[in-house]
Parts: sequence; structure tokens; C-alpha cells
Amino acid sequence: MSRASTPSPVPGLAAAAHEDMQGISAEALLSLRADMLRFARLQLRHAETAEDLVQESIEAALRKSSTFAGRSTLKTWVFAILRNRIVDHLRQASRTVTMSSLVNDDEDWQQNLETLFNDQGGWRDGRRPVAWPDPEQSMQTRQFWAVFEHCLDHLPPAAGRVFMMREFLGFESDEICRQLGISTSNCHVILHRARLRLRTCMDSGWGRPEGASC
Amino acid sequence: MLSCKQVTEVCSTEMDRPLKLGERLALQAHLMLCSGCANYRRQMKTLRQVMQAYAEGRAVAADPEASPDDRPS
Repeated sequence: MSRASTPSPVPGLAAAAHEDMQGISAEALLSLRADMLRFARLQLRHAETAEDLVQESIEAALRKSSTFAGRSTLKTWVFAILRNRIVDHLRQASRTVTMSSLVNDDEDWQQNLETLFNDQGGWRDGRRPVAWPDPEQSMQTRQFWAVFEHCLDHLPPAAGRVFMMREFLGFESDEICRQLGISTSNCHVILHRARLRLRTCMDSGWGRPEGASC
Repeated sequence: MLSCKQVTEVCSTEMDRPLKLGERLALQAHLMLCSGCANYRRQMKTLRQVMQAYAEGRAVAADPEASPDDRPS
């Protein structure tokens, strides 16, 4: 993505910019665009689709600007619009995800488990979880979010998508199973793997900084 | 008695549906004896808390360049 100083043209924006936007300026929306793109790409793992959905969301925000009541920040409001677009898109796209791509997604899972657990299923020395710092404080720092996004990004793609549907988009796991056409137990296995991986990555990158990198 | 490996599975299940009575008892029995798994369980809740903040766009707000903190209310 180019981080040009001049924002990309958005259809309808020029006209809209001349109207009274009830506190929403087109410039304010455009300033969120880079963040929205980053966010959508992480979700969708498809640059063009992310671009399209962000574009649609900005246009929708401009059209619906009169419904922005100022109860939330503009950013929260616009991200809610984007989130809905992503949900709709994933609902459509999930029909084309094959089950095999979900369950065969994670080739080095066994190896991952063996690193953490001994033959009896107990934590290996040095891998036993220790308490993390207070996340509220860490969440104020950019570095924390850089680690977090890195860890999300490194989930196996299909597992990452299921995890994001659950935790980011807020689907119930039953609904995810139904939409993806996979069994409940498969769904739980995939979510468990995603959580364990994310946790391991966050542990080494943030929770236990002296540990190995993820 | 559940192994630590099994407990991590139960800790994930717990994030998606209410545990059955047997699962809950087995989990509690293990957690009383295992601080590592108790930490793991708290970390699962932390991950959810962080994901929720992320979904609300708070990660972006952590960027000082993108967040005017003197926004009028």
C-alpha cells in the first residue's frame, strides 16, 4: 500500500465535502482510511477485497452521516460500519471455504504441541505459563499492538479466519460451524489451536519479553 | 485427572460455550493444583479482552499521530 500524503480519491467525496456533515468531515474519514485498510486486510487476507470494503464503508459513512449521533467517536462508528461489511462478506465467502483447507491448515501443530507439553501432557520446563502484566496498561502502547497484530497475522490463514469470526466479528461458534459446514468439535479444535498459538506468540513477544521470539 | 494439555482445550471450550458440570469440576480440580494452567486460563480471558479492544478500534487510538486526545466531547 502506498502511504501517499494525498488521500486516494473517493467517489462522491468532493460533493459531500461541501455539505454540512453534522460534524463529520470527509477529511476526518480519509484520515482513518489507512487504519481501516490495515484492519480489513488482516481480516480478509486479501488486499483487493479489503480495499473494496473500506471504500464502500467510507461511502456508506458519508451517506449515513446524519445518523452519526456523536455518542461514540467517529472512529468507533466508522469501524462498526466496516465491521458489518466484513461480516457480510465473510458470510458470503465462507460458503466457498472447503473443510479440508480448514483442518489441514496447520501442518506443524503436533510439533507445536510437543514443544509445550511432555509425553504425559504436562507443561515442559520453562513453558509453564506465568502471569502476564496488566493488559490495560500495555494496550496504551503502540508496541503492544504491533506485537498483537504480528501474532494475529501469523496464525495459519484458515484458523485465523475462524478465530477472527469468533473473537473479532463476534459470531457464536455454532453459527461459525454452520456457516463453514464443519462439525462443532472441529470448530472447537480450530479455535483452540488458534488461541494456543496466539497465546504462545503473545507470551514471547509481550507477556514474557525475555523469552524466545515468536 | 486432566492433563495440562487437556486443560488448555477445556479453557478454550469455555470461551465458546458453558462447560458441562463434569467438565467444570474436572477443570476446577486441576486448577487448584496447577498455577500454570490457572495462568493460561486467565490469559485466554486477556486475549478476549484485547480482541474486543482491537475490534473497537482501540489499537488504532493507541497511535498518538492518529488520535487527537483533545477531541471536543
